Amino acid sequence: MAGEPTASDTPWLDKDAEPLIRIKGITKKFGEFIAVNNVDLDIYQGELFCLLGGSGCGKTTLLRMLAGFETPSSGTIVIDGADMSQVPPYERPTNMMFQSYALFPHMSVEKNVAFGLKQDKVPNDEIADRVDDILKLVELQDFKARKPQQLSGGQRQRVALARALVKKPKVLLLDEPLAALDKKLREHTQFELANIQEQVGITFVVVTHDQEEAMTLSSRIAVMDKGEFVQIGTPTEIYEFPETRFVADFIGSANIFEGEIVEDGADHVRVSTSLGEIYIDHGQSTKMGSRVWAAIRPEKIHLSKKAPTKSGPNQAAGKVDDIGYLGNSSIYKIRLDTGQIVDVTSPNQIRPKSRTHGITWEDTVYLNWEPSSAMLLNK
Amino acid sequence: MFRQLARRMQAGWRSIVVFIPYVWLLVFFLLPFFIVAKISVAELVIASPPFSKMIEWTDSGAMTIRIVFDNFIYIFNDDLYSRTYINSLKISIISTIFCLLIGYPMAYGIVRSGPVAKKLLLFAVILPFWTSFLLRVYAWMGLLADQGTINNLLIWIGLIDEPIRMLYTEFAVYIGIVYTYLPFMILPLYANMEKLDGSLNEAAADLGSRPTNTFFKVTLPLTTPGIVAGSLLVFIPATGEYVIPDLLGGGNVLMIGRLLYNEFAANTDWPVASAVAIVLLILLVLPMTIYQYYQGKATEG
Amino acid sequence: MYGKRSRFLTIMLVVGMAFFYVPMILLVIYSFNYSRIVPVWGGWSTRWYGVLFESEEVWSAVGLSLEIAVLNATFATLLGTLAGLAMVRFGRFKGRTLFGGMLVAPLVMPEVITGLSLLVMFITLKQLVGWPAERGFTTITIAHITFSLAYVAVIIQARLTGMGQTLEEAALDLGAKPFRVLTAITIPRLAPGMVAGWLLAFTLSLDDLVIASFVTGPGANTLPILIFSRIRLGLRPDINALATIIILFVAVCVAIAALIMFQQQRRAMRDEQIANREVA
Repeated sequence: MAGEPTASDTPWLDKDAEPLIRIKGITKKFGEFIAVNNVDLDIYQGELFCLLGGSGCGKTTLLRMLAGFETPSSGTIVIDGADMSQVPPYERPTNMMFQSYALFPHMSVEKNVAFGLKQDKVPNDEIADRVDDILKLVELQDFKARKPQQLSGGQRQRVALARALVKKPKVLLLDEPLAALDKKLREHTQFELANIQEQVGITFVVVTHDQEEAMTLSSRIAVMDKGEFVQIGTPTEIYEFPETRFVADFIGSANIFEGEIVEDGADHVRVSTSLGEIYIDHGQSTKMGSRVWAAIRPEKIHLSKKAPTKSGPNQAAGKVDDIGYLGNSSIYKIRLDTGQIVDVTSPNQIRPKSRTHGITWEDTVYLNWEPSSAMLLNK
Repeated sequence: MFRQLARRMQAGWRSIVVFIPYVWLLVFFLLPFFIVAKISVAELVIASPPFSKMIEWTDSGAMTIRIVFDNFIYIFNDDLYSRTYINSLKISIISTIFCLLIGYPMAYGIVRSGPVAKKLLLFAVILPFWTSFLLRVYAWMGLLADQGTINNLLIWIGLIDEPIRMLYTEFAVYIGIVYTYLPFMILPLYANMEKLDGSLNEAAADLGSRPTNTFFKVTLPLTTPGIVAGSLLVFIPATGEYVIPDLLGGGNVLMIGRLLYNEFAANTDWPVASAVAIVLLILLVLPMTIYQYYQGKATEG
Repeated sequence: MYGKRSRFLTIMLVVGMAFFYVPMILLVIYSFNYSRIVPVWGGWSTRWYGVLFESEEVWSAVGLSLEIAVLNATFATLLGTLAGLAMVRFGRFKGRTLFGGMLVAPLVMPEVITGLSLLVMFITLKQLVGWPAERGFTTITIAHITFSLAYVAVIIQARLTGMGQTLEEAALDLGAKPFRVLTAITIPRLAPGMVAGWLLAFTLSLDDLVIASFVTGPGANTLPILIFSRIRLGLRPDINALATIIILFVAVCVAIAALIMFQQQRRAMRDEQIANREVA
């Protein structure tokens, strides 16, 4: 998360690295419905891996197959070199943190956390020590005797985490770990979760529908749609180098224009779109004349009331159709002459002198962006 | 979703879990019906048990199967039986309608009560169920008798001079059935209404619908499942009712449950009694299947 | 649901509740009547309670009924719980549809038919294997278990469905084997449902007249059979006294149940307070 990536931080780039989890050709059908469709994925030791997607995209089903609650219709799952297909959930080296937390209501916090160790016939004094240690880690050492219903939402979440971590699983599976918390607590807990993961060094696989959560937490993200992976990569790769329109639109927002390649250089491309000509300063192996899409993120477009001094690519003009004031920034909906609407976000860096802002409705404005800003998409 | 896994893991002891109640129900619930069906196509003989054998082995070792439909023909030709069946259906249908007319507003009233009142009222509806059914019917004997509370009261206030005959009439049977089965109507209706989204009524009102219109256009259609379940829960047992027509109707009200019991206890004509039971069962199969369908939908995981 | 109860609904509730309870109240009042003829008031007295307590017949019927009821409730709860588990947690198995049908049918089957069919079956069994040699305690208990287990199964199924499977999955995930999950998680969570089922089965058994009348034999009179044989001939003040005792007994049980529920609710509220205080 922090600092420059080193080789050990990016094991997925190392061709010789042995993955901790190897998912190969996994398909899951429920009757006629295909929940997960022939997916392959390697996850490495120490990763905090996010499965990101909308509801019904198959992310939870995939997680439940890792835990052993669902049997794949076909394909194999290998964890730490062992094939999991015949291994029931109670013998897998995985533990799960449930979305609802699934704390046993008839057991105290201590009993809940000790439950897993008891199943493994760990000696009693060792159980006591390990429970104490893990409760200290999640700062709940004073709540041992409480029943789950006597805890707040955030505390329950930490008990659930402690209960799953105390068994020192090779993989911790987290199903929407923060979904039940309110917004402020969620932001705080995101960082806490990542810190704990760093401390214990256990591989986390997190399912979430919240892209912000995925971006802050993960080493890598797999974006899922309709049972398939659309793109797998680091948060930066996913955001700055989306491969498809779906990803560009799902992660953050993007203005997407259909177009045709008119010039294909080694280090640049020119695309002709309804927005005018877009110049992109990085090469892309695409055929001339093929149908492509250019996407530009709203925050990468500059907005100006002054007309540009010279004509050229990467600029456009339009009228302000609507303004959404968010406080720290504003969203402008710009209607082009073609009738198209382009979204532009602009940070409110300067406090306006008067209550009326600089750019307002029906103003004629000019847009431009850096040659590096537009992203070229083939799908 | 959990099922495949459950199947694999629980293969050992889970078969025992299914096996015990399964066998119990097969032996003590399903098998008896086949025996009744078998007896219904036998003939009355003076023996113990008093019916002919279906399968007999002749001296030469050949098997003969005897099935006679005389009992059914007898039931259909005999005026007493057909009148009794029709009367049973009439009484149970009318009772069901009365239960619905009384029970629906009561259930609706409970749903619309405050949280504390709601709990108390619901409790009050369930409570009679825990006291003896027989004694609740008996209570009405005291009310309806010629010398009973109601007649005494009416004579005392001078409305009537002579007691009105109520006990041992069809009227008493209606009272008894409605009284006994009303909770069975209220509870499914309540459960149904409670689940309805309260904002539906608000939305209807907001869109300009008056309360009466909202009731007929929104609430009533959405409570149909409760009406069906409640009505069947009243209709089915009422049709076969024995105690109420016996205690409150005396010998004057023809109902099939009572006839069946007497056929069996007094006449010991088992083949005819069995045939009577089979015909009753056939009459009730459709409503029972509908109920099972609803019940199955409600409990399936 | 929104809004206030209209006047019509309130009147219906009042009338309906009066319809439910006035007969029972009168039943109780007349049990303290000195007169032998029930509806004719002859002054306050407890003489019919004395008559009732002296009757050996009544005592033996009470004893028999309670014995059957306890045995029935216990077995019905066991079998009904197994059946409920099988229906909700075992997914599809061979003959599930038939099983489900047999579990619902006793709930709606007219009593005369259930009683009749069980009787012919006991007689047939006796001829084939010589058992049950005599009808009475055993046959009534078996008959009661058969229909009570269906009621218990309904309660258990509803509770299992409401509980969901997440907790069981969590236990499996933490390394508990399926049987251990059953004993450590499922059964404790089912316990309230099993208690409710036991009480229901107990009551059903105490209340049953028709089925018991069919399958009983000479001399084995349960309390309902005894009451029925007496009230068939008309009103009897000693039966009013018996009814009063039963109503009183039920009222006490209900009060205890209400108290337990009230305390549980208070505990839940206190838990919530504790949880909220920590946040603040």
